[in-house]
This record gives sequence, C-alpha cells and structure tokens, in this order.
Amino acid sequence: MTKKKMTLTLPVEENMSPGHLACQGCGAGIAMRVTLKALGKNAVLTFPACCWTIIDGPFPYSSVEVPLLHTAFETTAAAAAGIKAAMNVLGNKDTIVAGWAGDGGTFDIGLQALSGAAERNDDVFYFCYDNEAYMNTGIQRSGATPYGAWTTTTPVNHFKKESKKSIDDIVSAHKVPYHATASVAYPEDLLKKILKAKEIRGFKFIHILAPCPPGWKSKPEHTVKLARLAVQTGIFPLYEVEAGVYKQTIKTPKRKPVIEYLKLQGRFRHLTSDDVKTIQEMVDERYAELEERFNKGKQ
Amino acid sequence: MKKVIMGNHALSYGATLARVQVIAAYPITPQTQVVELLSEIVADKKLDAEFIKVESEHSAMAACIGASTAGARTFTATSSQGLALMHELLHWAAGARLPIVMANINRALAPPWSIWTDQNDSLSQRDTGWMQFYCQSNQEVIDTLIQAYKVSEQVLMPSMIILDAFSLSHTYEIVDIPDKDLVDEFLPPFNFKYKLDVNEPRAFSGLTTPDWYMEFRVKMHEAQRSAIDIIKKEGKLFGKMFGREYSTVDPYMTDDAEIIMITSGTAASTARYTVDLLRKKGIKVGNLRMRVLRPFPFDDVRNYLSKAQKVVIIDRNISFGYHGIWSQEVKSALYGYSDVPVFSFIAGLGGRDIFPSTIEGIINKVVKLDKPEKDLYWVEVRK
Repeated sequence: MTKKKMTLTLPVEENMSPGHLACQGCGAGIAMRVTLKALGKNAVLTFPACCWTIIDGPFPYSSVEVPLLHTAFETTAAAAAGIKAAMNVLGNKDTIVAGWAGDGGTFDIGLQALSGAAERNDDVFYFCYDNEAYMNTGIQRSGATPYGAWTTTTPVNHFKKESKKSIDDIVSAHKVPYHATASVAYPEDLLKKILKAKEIRGFKFIHILAPCPPGWKSKPEHTVKLARLAVQTGIFPLYEVEAGVYKQTIKTPKRKPVIEYLKLQGRFRHLTSDDVKTIQEMVDERYAELEERFNKGKQ
Repeated sequence: MKKVIMGNHALSYGATLARVQVIAAYPITPQTQVVELLSEIVADKKLDAEFIKVESEHSAMAACIGASTAGARTFTATSSQGLALMHELLHWAAGARLPIVMANINRALAPPWSIWTDQNDSLSQRDTGWMQFYCQSNQEVIDTLIQAYKVSEQVLMPSMIILDAFSLSHTYEIVDIPDKDLVDEFLPPFNFKYKLDVNEPRAFSGLTTPDWYMEFRVKMHEAQRSAIDIIKKEGKLFGKMFGREYSTVDPYMTDDAEIIMITSGTAASTARYTVDLLRKKGIKVGNLRMRVLRPFPFDDVRNYLSKAQKVVIIDRNISFGYHGIWSQEVKSALYGYSDVPVFSFIAGLGGRDIFPSTIEGIINKVVKLDKPEKDLYWVEVRK
C-alpha cells in the first residue's frame, strides 16, 4: 500500500498568538489567523473600534505579531493611507499596510474614509471582517445585517426589513484594481486572494464573511459550517474582481436552499416559511445578477 | 531673504522649511492657500513629502495620526468647521502623544454662516491636549511653525498654530524667510523612538483598563507643563539664531502700566497702536499679548500683572453663559495671587473689526471705574 502524501495548503507560519480574547467559534479570529499567514511579518495593521479592538488583548498585550495602530471608529482607511505615506517617505516602500475593520466600521461609519482611500487608489489593503451587526456593542443592526435577521435593535416582531448593503458593489464602483469576497470556510481561497493582491499596487479590498456565534445565536462548532453554507446557498458567493473583471473562485453549480443556512441560526428562528421564501427569492435574484458578471468575465 | 507674503503662505513656507514628510489636508475657506502652495511645492519635488488629498478634515487628522505613528513629521491645516469636525481625533493625536503640527485659521463657527475671524473654533479645543500658539504677524506664523515642531517633538504633544482669518491669513506682510541651513541646524530630523516598526512590533493605543489609564493622563499633563520651559528655551535659541525671540506672552509697555490690557492674535497690533495714542493723552496703559494658551503660562501672567491696578481682557470669543475664555483663564491664574480688578470685554466676533477707537472706548470706560459693574461687557453691539 502506498502512503498518500499530504501537502499543506496553508503556510505553517503563525503571526497570531494564542491567548487572544475572541469568543468560542469566532469567525473573526480565524479570518485574522489566515490573513496574517498571507500578509507575513513585513506588514502593519490598523484597527478601528471593532471586535478586534478587544480580541487583540488589553494594554500592554497584543496577539498579532506585527505592528498595530488602534484608531477611531470611522478612520480605518484614512489611518492606513497615512501609515502608507509615511512608510513611502521613510523608505519602507515594501511594508504592507492593512486596515482591518468590522462591518459597522466599513459599511456604515467608515464608509466615507473607505471611499476616499479607494478613489485615491491608496496602496493599502482594506479587510472587512463581516459578522453582519455591531457585535462588539451587543448585536445592533448595521448596514450589513441581512433581511430577516433579529438584532437587539431589530427585535423579533420587527426584524430587519431592509436588505444587506452591497459594499462590494460600492467598492467596485470606485474601479479599484482588486477586490474580492472571502470566507473563513475557504482559507485557501482567502490565502490565494491575499497573495495575488500583494503583487498589485493600489487599493485592495477583501470582504470576509465571519460568523459570530453570540450574535447569530449559532453553535460555536457551526462557524465554519455556516460560512460554507453561506457560499453553497449563494448567500455569500466567493469571487474576485481584478481590473473590473469578475471571476467566481468557488463554484456553486447546485446551490443549496437558504433554509439550510437559516435554520442553524437563532437570529432567523422567528421567520415564517413565507419569510424564508422571500429570502430565497432575494438570494436568487442577487446570484443571477452576479452570475451575469461572472459569465461576462469568462468571455 | 525678505518676501512680501500672505499669512497662509507663511505657513506653506514654514512647513517646507520644517521639512514635513506627510501632509494630509482638506480645503476650507480661509485656509486654502496653505495647501494650494504646499501641493505645488510637493508636486514640484521641492519638498520630499507625500501629500494625501483626503476627503474630509476628520480623515486629514486620521492620516496624520497614522503617518506620525509610523515616524513621519506631519502637517495639516484647517479652520472653524473643519477643526470642529476633527475634534474626536484631536483628543486621539494628543492621547497617542504624537507631535503633529497643525495650523488653524481662526474663523467664526456657524450658524449663521460666517467666514470671518473669531477664536471660538480653536478655544473650543482647549482641553484636547494640543498646545496652542496664537500669532500676531506673518513673521511670527512662519517662526512659530518651525519652533512648534521643535517643542512638540521634545514633549510628544501636538501643536496648533493659530492665526486670524483674513486679518492675517490673507494679509500680505514683509516676512524674513528663515535661512534653510539655519532651520536645519535649529530643527533636527524627527526620530521617533516608538513607532510602527516591523522589526519591533508594538500595539499602539489598545484598550487600557482603569489600572493604567490614569497614569497616561498624568504623563500628558506633565508633558504639557514641561513644555513651558521648552517653549521659552527654544524661543530664546531661535532669537539667537534668527534675531527674533519668542516666549509664552509678549508684553508692551507693561512696566509702569496702571492698566494692562490683555489681547491675543492680531488685535494686539491694534491694541499697541492704541496704547501709544493713550499714553500721549497721559493714560498709563500697557498690553500683554497672550501667545500660548496651552500649556497655560501661569507664572508669566502673574508676574506681568503683579503691579497693575486694573486688568482689561479683550476676548474675541465667548463661552456662552460665562464670559470670554481668555478672561476665564487669566482670572483663574490670578485667583489667590492678586486682588486686581479684572474687566472682561467681548469684541470683534464673526470678523467685526476691532478699531483703535474700539479699544480707546474700552479703556476710557475702565478709567472711570474702580471695579467692574458686571461680569462681561459687550463692545459695540446693537441694542
């Protein structure tokens, strides 16, 4: 019998230490771990107010092994632009500068600074780890919260009636050289995207879906499963956009029904079968829209 | 080399001489010429700097915070609404102990809309941890900008250079542009000991529990207090090297003055002109110009006012429900040290001119009174 040789699909290098303060099953923790494997040690991070402000650990500790600047809620992209400008003028042109923000800090309060940096095409990474609500302050709705979800500001009887803001289309409209979606269930895909983007000068935006067990009312052991189901149902398709050309990176020829994703999360427990039908239709519509762009990219 | 330049360009030339490395700025009337000329200087490669044309003042300060933490000498300029928008990050820059230098053109805050001068914009930022320097002339603007970097980089607190809208920002004056080599000698390159460095990774400004937070605040306060002596020391050294000496306050005919009138900004030139007029009429009046608001120069204020029989403060600002802000500061410095009566006047808000006749009217009123009849006098306002 011949032994099958195993190959590692992720670098062994760890740039995130254990002992961080993430909750059990935190998607944002996995997202950071993979991201830092891809970015390497010649990188600087900046965080606005977000879960990672806490996860990283209190003064004088830090669980990321690269320099880190904590900054105000709405300033991620501007702070990153400033760091990069300084690195350039001080002769550290190779140092990667990355903003790392949650969905509130990206979709909502930080949108202006994000738009400014994207329009200027500042040579920085912007990562949004998206857990679909203000989780750090206790699960309030954000522009990233999907239709139908319960949060503490969209209570069960008045669940969120607005659909999730399409941050990816907003970034796309800035004609940035590279942007992509990613998922903690597909770390190799995330890794590949970051490695590719590292070679691209200009503004790079990567939007990572990061399930949040306390906020989604899901089991910690379901985090990766949920992230995978989000992709497999077409709720969160994985793709990249390079110079305006869309490419689906994880194919989902036979999409699973959205109920499989929704039923594992307490935040959707109140939904009726009609509500689920509405969500299915919304997802189908959005997916068809994206599929058109993927097909156009193939031509 | 002498040039006839506007106050705003004095800032642009000052920043160039200080060899700032990262500029992030957003336009606002009446600051625009500062950044227009700087963007030209940077584009022409006459200054080795990066200019980030940000989409708001808030992002301007955020970019300066990022750049400064990464070890670059940074500069921005704003005014009024722009400064107010930055407020959150003014606290951030000071709390993070970053030696950012910023110019603020004093412009009245809306509503109602105004583009003309008064000091409420910068004085509202009093407690953010920024050092504040109020300038009287374009020469002082360029000189102070250079000194501010020297002071800020020693004490690791940010500095704000403040000048009146139009009466300084857009007024052309003869300015002796400091010699480039001499400025290099006066102001060495910025070398930040603790910065974003991939070879020595650190986390900056992370969550700090009640067990440590207060110590950081004590250190900020101590840094500001230590800046008093450093401002004077560098002001003296600047005088030796460039022939123009600076301190925290600037007295004029105060030695034998029975009435000392306190002003700040360009109102001081008018005040001094009026002092000369009034002296000819036999009124023993002098002027103390406040140059530094923070760190507050308690000792200097107490010393200069120690022999005065009356103190008059002309504030181009108002703390609603109280009185003028400089007045509040000076009274607090005198409390327990002197019983001299202090007369508070508010004049020139929203760019209304302060004429020699305005000041003469104020002094003539004070001459007749032994002590103030009320907490504040409004000057030349409609009934």
